[in-house]
Amino acid sequence: MSALLLTNARLIDPEAGTDRIGSLLIENGVITARDPSPVPALAAVHDCGGLCLAPGIVDLGVKIGEPGERHKESFKTAGRAAAAGGVTTMVTRADTNPPVDTPETLEFVTRRAAQVSPVRIAPMAALTKGRDGREMVEIGFLSDAGAVAFSDGDRVVTDLKVFSRALTYARSLGALVIGHVQEPTLSKGAAVTSGKFATLQGLPAVSPLAESLGLERDLALVEATRARYHADQVSTASALPALRRASEAGLDVTAGVSVHHLTLNEFDVGDYRTFFKLKPPLRSEDDRQAMVEAVADGLIDVISSMHTPQDEESKRLPFEEAASGAVGLETLLPASLRLVHAGALDLPRLFAALSLNPARRLGLPGGRLSAGAPADLVLFDPDAPFLLDRATLHSKSKNTPFDGARLQGRVRATWVGGTQVFPFP
Amino acid sequence: MGFRARHLLGIESLAPDEIVTLLDLAETYVDLNRRPDKHGTALVGLTQINMFFEASTRTQASFELAGKRLGADVMNMGVAQSSVKKGETLIDTAMTLNAMHPDLLVVRHPNSGAVALLAQKVTCAVLNAGDGRHEHPTQALLDALTIRRAKGRLHRLTVAICGDIAHSRVARSNLLLLHKMESRVRLVGPATLMPPGIADLGVEVCEDMREGLRDADVVMMLRLQKERMDGGFIPSEREYYHRYGLDAEKLSYAKPDAIVMHPGPMNRGVEIDGLLADDINRSVIQEQVEMGVAVRMAAMDLLARNLRAARAPETVLV
Repeated sequence: MSALLLTNARLIDPEAGTDRIGSLLIENGVITARDPSPVPALAAVHDCGGLCLAPGIVDLGVKIGEPGERHKESFKTAGRAAAAGGVTTMVTRADTNPPVDTPETLEFVTRRAAQVSPVRIAPMAALTKGRDGREMVEIGFLSDAGAVAFSDGDRVVTDLKVFSRALTYARSLGALVIGHVQEPTLSKGAAVTSGKFATLQGLPAVSPLAESLGLERDLALVEATRARYHADQVSTASALPALRRASEAGLDVTAGVSVHHLTLNEFDVGDYRTFFKLKPPLRSEDDRQAMVEAVADGLIDVISSMHTPQDEESKRLPFEEAASGAVGLETLLPASLRLVHAGALDLPRLFAALSLNPARRLGLPGGRLSAGAPADLVLFDPDAPFLLDRATLHSKSKNTPFDGARLQGRVRATWVGGTQVFPFP
Repeated sequence: MGFRARHLLGIESLAPDEIVTLLDLAETYVDLNRRPDKHGTALVGLTQINMFFEASTRTQASFELAGKRLGADVMNMGVAQSSVKKGETLIDTAMTLNAMHPDLLVVRHPNSGAVALLAQKVTCAVLNAGDGRHEHPTQALLDALTIRRAKGRLHRLTVAICGDIAHSRVARSNLLLLHKMESRVRLVGPATLMPPGIADLGVEVCEDMREGLRDADVVMMLRLQKERMDGGFIPSEREYYHRYGLDAEKLSYAKPDAIVMHPGPMNRGVEIDGLLADDINRSVIQEQVEMGVAVRMAAMDLLARNLRAARAPETVLV
């Protein structure tokens, strides 16, 4: 029996909403006690030096290039990036090539991850075959094979009969459906959010209306089908009233936001910097502040990185033609800590959004510090300042919008199931 | 005073005094161009490459003539039908050209920001001949020169820009330039052809053309692209002409001495009445073309001076 005692740590407990010094006993990969007495004689002791110890991040929506685009990211490189970023579970996206839409591809993904990734993965599956919005996938088989949620990613199912049947079928199995809240006929071809900036730069733009319409549409179907539903990324203030109405109506609905939409705005695109091209695009400062408030008051449940690796070639293009997305596994925590340093959130609240809520929503055991939870932990110094150099990222792709940014907060150690995975053994 | 820019990528990065310097120099080239012997020497020994990723006759001819009149070796690359079709990226094309040591690169590209991207990768001076819906600086400069010659000034004028504002780089560059020179800009057109957020730019937006032209000193018409005419943005050509086509009746709302401009090529009977376009008392459309060559000569001359200064060995200050 292996035992490890982490002492002298600031325990960030999102479940209890507490932040205080203590120790944590880990036995056989599971948290067994807080401030144990007496300490088991054989326990190894690790002094955390007063740094923060929190449940490892459950990052909902990580794109990994396997299968299909391993030159952009593999399970190995993503897993190392995750470990270095304090992410202990990567909830992987199905928008691979081919997409994860059969139990066989799901099995491939799970097996590859188990072979090479130092952190856990919880795979999502596509909602429709080939992600082309016509026929639903084998939701039952895929759930049995370990799919934690069903989503076609940024491809919206536009045929409402197909979508409502998939929601109904998923509900009967208790499966979670994740929607990308955009009205695609409005957002097609858009590179930035509409407004003065887009107009001056001459870039095709999408109005926030595309998001609120997409969300209203999905929520109407959720209300009719009573499905379990999560909106992947809310990014505009105009979408929040619908979200509030849904939660007041008692629908089983949650929502997420990417860390980029909490910390950056449209003007960061500046002189056509393609690393800031995201989907949905970076929004106005008013929208950003509304997102931060929505996380603080619990209307938005989940913060994720929306890790989307892109190689240099797909970003070294004119803005309209460049690929969307940014890597984020390693910057998720330090970027999110900007909100803590700005006084918008406290650490337990932040880790509710990063760890506890996504784990709960997906039915995963992690995200907690209580006895019985897996010992998936991150130890970090919330104040350590650094200048991010994208070359130092462990991801195979280096497309981060935080290159050269001043950030505060460094991961010192990461454990998965009681095994230290960072610093790398 | 002076002209400090290394590239001419847009009006946005120019200071008012740089604009004045450029226009003043262009005036001397207007005179040169009207002489029987039109040869200047400002660009002798320099290589100018025109790269048009989007079809153009007028702008390309204007740049070519401007370079040749000042003695540059001018080459036209028809990029639309060459290596780009074979999958070469913009940056690779730029690097390839850069290896041939050009001095002036004139670029037009269908994507906003593409010319600036290219400018980051080359060591010569780059002139933006139009990028997407972003900027078309030499058009705004030639319009400014035309206005200054007709009105004697660029400040405290009311300029109505009419038509497809949303898709027009000409409108954006003109708007920026006229604001820098302290004139007032009105944008006139149907709401479907107005870009979002435009009212935040300190302009008046008018959907009614007569109201928009009221007491204007300058009426600047924009070209309506064919592909926007059929139901997508406006119901039909004839309805557009009825509501927004410039004719003598609508023009009567502007000042009696208001001038009529158009960047060309015109759609007669769509955005402008043919007779009005040809009215030498009101229309300065032909003069705009003439100013185009002079402004481009001035722009390339100034950029070449800065390029030579940057390449010269460090001068020791005593």
